[in-house]
Amino acid sequence: MTKEFQRSDGRKIDELRPITAKVGVVPNADGSAMFAFGDTIAIAAVYGPKKMHPQHEQDPVKGTLRCTYNMLSFSVSDRIKPGISRRSVEISKITEWALEPIIMIDKYPNMVIDVHINIIQANASTRCAGINAAAMALAHAGIPMRDLVSSVSIGKLDKQLVVDVSKHEEDWEEGEGATDIPITMTSKGEITHMQLDGKISIKQLKEAIEIARESTKKIYEIQKKALKEFAEEEKND
Amino acid sequence: MTRQIVIPGEVIFAGEDYLPGEGTEKRKNEIISLIYGLAEESGKLVKVIPLSGVYHPRRGNVVIGQVENVTFNGWVIDIDTAQTAFLPLMEVPRYVNKEGLEEVMDIGDMVVAKIFGMSKRGIDLTIKLRGLGKINEGIILKINSNKVPRVIGKEGSMINLIKENTNCNITVGQNGIIWIKGDKVEDELLAKKIILFIAEKSFISGLTDEIKKLIEKEK
Amino acid sequence: MIETSKLTGERIKEYLSQGKRFDKRKLDEFRKISIETNISKNAEGSARVKIGKTEVLVGVKMDIGEPYPDSPNQGNLVVNAELLPLSSPRFENGPPKFPAIELGRLVDRAVRESKFIEFKKLCIKEREKVWTVFIDVYSINDDGNLFDAASIGAITALKNAKIPKYDEKEEKILRDEPSKEPLPLSKTIPISITIHKIGNNLVVDPTKEEEDLSETRVTIGGSDDTIFSMQKGDSSSLSIEEIGNILETAKKIWKDLYKTLDKFLK
Repeated sequence: MTKEFQRSDGRKIDELRPITAKVGVVPNADGSAMFAFGDTIAIAAVYGPKKMHPQHEQDPVKGTLRCTYNMLSFSVSDRIKPGISRRSVEISKITEWALEPIIMIDKYPNMVIDVHINIIQANASTRCAGINAAAMALAHAGIPMRDLVSSVSIGKLDKQLVVDVSKHEEDWEEGEGATDIPITMTSKGEITHMQLDGKISIKQLKEAIEIARESTKKIYEIQKKALKEFAEEEKND
Repeated sequence: MTRQIVIPGEVIFAGEDYLPGEGTEKRKNEIISLIYGLAEESGKLVKVIPLSGVYHPRRGNVVIGQVENVTFNGWVIDIDTAQTAFLPLMEVPRYVNKEGLEEVMDIGDMVVAKIFGMSKRGIDLTIKLRGLGKINEGIILKINSNKVPRVIGKEGSMINLIKENTNCNITVGQNGIIWIKGDKVEDELLAKKIILFIAEKSFISGLTDEIKKLIEKEK
Repeated sequence: MIETSKLTGERIKEYLSQGKRFDKRKLDEFRKISIETNISKNAEGSARVKIGKTEVLVGVKMDIGEPYPDSPNQGNLVVNAELLPLSSPRFENGPPKFPAIELGRLVDRAVRESKFIEFKKLCIKEREKVWTVFIDVYSINDDGNLFDAASIGAITALKNAKIPKYDEKEEKILRDEPSKEPLPLSKTIPISITIHKIGNNLVVDPTKEEEDLSETRVTIGGSDDTIFSMQKGDSSSLSIEEIGNILETAKKIWKDLYKTLDKFLK
């Protein structure tokens, strides 16, 4: 890894974009939050736990977590036709899998917790921003959880590992091109979600996971701060 | 210990002799919060008071609900829980003709009831005691059920303060649904305003003084 | 308990007949309106509109397409609205149901009929290439009156939109290059507002609690003394006198709203 690697936005290789995190952005929801990596903005709202309909889908042993992820049509440069796409269905499922391990869902048999994520503005790492917002929204909704999760995308641009990939970097074409590795971890370092698109050696992948650990720790502190600040604000209003 | 805001997964105390109370669990020698709330410790027992979250029904709770359905032997009531709540014919203080259920209470009507039983089947309600029954007029308000203790206050001190200062009858359901009935709509709205204020700032210190200030301002 | 209870409904109606509302507003008064523009950088124009606790996001995107055969030298307009499940426990996932479709069509009608967009100036090559303007409306929090928040958002987003640079030779839209060219818009700003009938009262900008009691409503798009679009929704009926009152109320509100919106529409 060369120390001189230049990122298009001037960031260091282990530097996250400026993060904004805020709790309580949708008054109607039981819990809600907004999370942004630079220009990528996600909002999440949680409704539940509540009775699950239709009844035949109820699980008598434990509750159900249902996530939906969708991008607003104008969130990207080339307008997305409104409606569900295969990509959003897949990311919805990935988000469920990323969150479920930390939620104590067995406390809510026959009930459902709905998590809705929408991307307002996209500059790569949208699924990670969505998961980060969702984790805060779940806490805000009072759902019992073992921990929070924090998500980040690690990139490999040619041979260089970088933290928090931007759209420009996703399109990297030199050398080995771009490899995108979104990872979600609990604050204790347990991995609840991981994907990879590209080409990487096993050695470098292990390195990428270590780097992700350091980044998710930083993100966790920001999520924690947002939740605490929100409670403090309510006190002082 | 000063109460502090904690988040799920956060270590509140480390040490062998601490005991895990509500909203926490003990892992190795650490007391860890399982919810977003206010951590409190007393006599080595650590608990977390939730700031938000769904209502957990308990036997003996007085709740307020809405009639969802009328069956041949009772009323299905929505009290904002996943389990169905049911008010059987037998739990109404006067005789009701099997044909006359709708006249007593119809779909959409609000009722104050008490939980007298809970089983796998559901929650059983009664309106046989004084103060329970169908609500005929007033306004209905919903707050998070976790804020109910603050709205009621120590031995009812807070709710009585509100009642006196607004001339309203107020019934607070443990499920967070509140019925306010006053002579004038203005009185009802003032009571609603005060209750919403408490629900939002439920854990500040000096809440009673803040409420008194608010009442003075509005009068 | 998702629906406003009948009880509270009775109180609201009682209070309205005394000319009063729970939040101390007059019957023809709007809640606090706040507008932010350029809230989504990849959109050609965008706005966030909050009316009280109600919030919508509106974005304008542009693309090159073929003109419709009956308007060969004019640009196109496509308006779409979505009631996001995020914004209310009453909205579910899935294809748009009637309320979302109606919202989209009301915004479309207000923009199209007012001739706010000068479509002839969006023609690149007659019969072959024109600009299509896409307006997408999304609800973020529903506390009543999404209709008016959406129309204010649409007008603001259009006012702040910039036409992307277009390389005619390469036939490519240069989205990455910044553009300063505003959309060709008429000077008259159309505003669409909805007036509801609750009991015997005409109410403007209802909260969700109030909106649940609405028996019928009229959405009117216009400016000053001129009306461009009108739609009566829901099933109760209106007397001729009531329609007259509605029109007079609309005129008054347009005046008030213009003052509020002025600075966002420069």
